[in-house]
Amino acid sequence: MWARGLHRRFGAVAAVQGIDLAVRRGEIFGLVGPDGAGKTTIMRMLAGVLRPDAGEIRLEGVDVVADPERAKPLLSYMPQRFGLYEDLTVAENIYFYATLFAVPAPVRRARSAELLAAAGLLAFRRRLAGQLSGGMKQKLGLVCALIHTPLVLLLDEPTTGVDPVSRRDFWGILYGLRERGVTILLSTAYMDEAERCSRLALLHAGAIRHCDTPARLKAAMPGALLAVVTPDARAAHAALAGAPGLLGLLLMGDRVHVRVDDAARRAPELRALLAGQGIGAADIAPVEPAIEDVFVALLGPGSPP
Amino acid sequence: MFERLHVMLVKEFLELRRDRWAMVRLIVPLLIQALVFGYAATFTVNHVATVVLDLDRSQASRTLVSHFAANGRFDIVEMAATQQAVTHAIDTGRAVVAIVIHAGFAAKLANGRSAPLAIAVDGTNSNTALIALGYVSLIVARFEAEAMAHGWPVPGETASSGADVPLQERPWFNQGLDDRWFFIPGVIGTLTLIQVVSLTALAVVREREVGTLEQIMVSPIRPFEFILGKTVPFFLIGLGDVVLVTVFGVLWFGIPFVGSPLVMLLGSSLFLLAALGLGLLLSTLARTQQQAFALNFFLVNPFFILSGFAFPIAAMPPVLQWFTLINPLRYFLVVIRAVFLKGVGIDVLWPDLLAMGALGAGMLALSVLRFRKSLD
Ligand SMILES: Nc1ncnc2c1ncn2[C@@H]1O[C@H](COP(=O)(O)OP(=O)(O)OP(=O)(O)O)[C@@H](O)[C@H]1O
Ligand SMILES: [Mg+2]
Repeated sequence: MWARGLHRRFGAVAAVQGIDLAVRRGEIFGLVGPDGAGKTTIMRMLAGVLRPDAGEIRLEGVDVVADPERAKPLLSYMPQRFGLYEDLTVAENIYFYATLFAVPAPVRRARSAELLAAAGLLAFRRRLAGQLSGGMKQKLGLVCALIHTPLVLLLDEPTTGVDPVSRRDFWGILYGLRERGVTILLSTAYMDEAERCSRLALLHAGAIRHCDTPARLKAAMPGALLAVVTPDARAAHAALAGAPGLLGLLLMGDRVHVRVDDAARRAPELRALLAGQGIGAADIAPVEPAIEDVFVALLGPGSPP
Repeated sequence: MFERLHVMLVKEFLELRRDRWAMVRLIVPLLIQALVFGYAATFTVNHVATVVLDLDRSQASRTLVSHFAANGRFDIVEMAATQQAVTHAIDTGRAVVAIVIHAGFAAKLANGRSAPLAIAVDGTNSNTALIALGYVSLIVARFEAEAMAHGWPVPGETASSGADVPLQERPWFNQGLDDRWFFIPGVIGTLTLIQVVSLTALAVVREREVGTLEQIMVSPIRPFEFILGKTVPFFLIGLGDVVLVTVFGVLWFGIPFVGSPLVMLLGSSLFLLAALGLGLLLSTLARTQQQAFALNFFLVNPFFILSGFAFPIAAMPPVLQWFTLINPLRYFLVVIRAVFLKGVGIDVLWPDLLAMGALGAGMLALSVLRFRKSLD
């Protein structure tokens, strides 16, 4: 699946401006970016429900912009907002979508049993979709999206509001799909999920700023990262603002991640600075950047263009 | 294609069945409104509170007053003694009509001169007043005729000229001129229009608002399949409305149904087509259910007023008359009243049927075209 030169505006808002991306079969491609970056808009265009103002989209050789109807049987799109019928049961929703995609009854029965089991929803088949928990709803969305065995799966923040156990189920299903060569494109607000993607596109203001594997994105992060562990991380975070050689500061629970131009030179300086402010017992050591650090470094204020 | 439509219908049916109050919501307001319209929508005025000031106190004046009292249209609430008392009764709203018989009424009547009789009505309710005034002239005319028979000369130059033959109004198809016969068939069209348009518009907008429309549109379903799936149930509900109110009107209010049920069915189907088209068109114009509700309110009222339900189209200014041409209710009222009261068939009603069919087809086509755009 690839897209070239995608543009879309809503009135005065240029939601997407010039996106190029290519996702290979069997890839899990992640879109990350702040709220309003244009993730949903891109997905809706790829799914053929929103017409781009300009640009080209190809999905398994089908021109999505010109012929969305032909692309639809090949793909599945799970919107950010739950889009199934809340007053139908789990089984009825599955039946409904399977029939819309012309899935033969035996295939439907086999697949829905398999998918429901994987999602841990077998016991809830007769429950109304509206009465499911948030995580169960998202998993039902995925089951309905997969009932017709799509080649391309578009998931818009599929795990937002989902508990860690359900998220694990969710990713279990995604890895299984990847094995079978399904192309997956998802947007996520969770950095640990971003880390699991084979490639990531960092999106900002409707444009892709960086696009690479998580490992290479980390390597490309300018500067080096130091973790400052102290009993009072909040005070340390405040004290470190404006320190010489500082590129970025990120409060992470009991520690502060400090991005500096030169780790060897700055570490003693920072220790001295903290001691001077009466924040002692600070342990300062270089760390591997998490994807969140990269995200902040590349997209945050003062980031390279 | 048939399978997708079928599963759409199954889904709509399941949703409707799961909505425990759906049937109550659909039927009860309809029956209540039919009842209210049946009893309230009438131009007949009875028991008009009347104050009488008889300054003549003659036999002739008493006879005239008894004519009013006996008629049933007027309730004499007060026999006033002075003009002030009359004014007070009108001002305080105790009486709507005042009859003042001046002194010398009998004498002038006896002389064959014009006898003074003053009628005052409370014009703040001009409808009642005008209708009551109509009755007054009828009663006075009858009194004149009787007075002649009793040998009192009536006002006028010669005795013969007073015996004018009154103009007889005799309607053909509603011989009792029962307003209800006129209104109940109209109520069928009006209530059906209101219900079907709002149901359709709200149902489609709701799917867009809660996000199910976006999910369903990434499936291979075509817009017209979705629209058909959404509208067929409302078409059936609309037909149910028509049958329900018709049966109710015939059984409860005793409205005659002299025409052919088949012509009625055809007319109703074409009308429903137009109503569904209108509802869908609204749904493509509204983003939220609230907007759809407001739009519906904004449109259905003029459609109602400009339909000929109560106000004759011929009496409207030309601009409004043109507007009635795109009003499906206008044509349906003609059809339904004709079928109910006159029993005429397609040979007479075809222009109205054709107009409804054209309006329906036009609005449906337009809304299918607009539907795609409204997804963005
Ligand atoms: N239907 C629409 N009408 C008008 N503006 C829109 C519409 N959809 C999106 N936008 C605007 O386009 C921009 C991008 O929105 P989009 O929903 O794609 O962002 P996002 O990255 O998905 O954000 P989030 O993380 O909050 O879901 C935003 O400024 C948004 O306000
Ligand atoms: Mg979004």
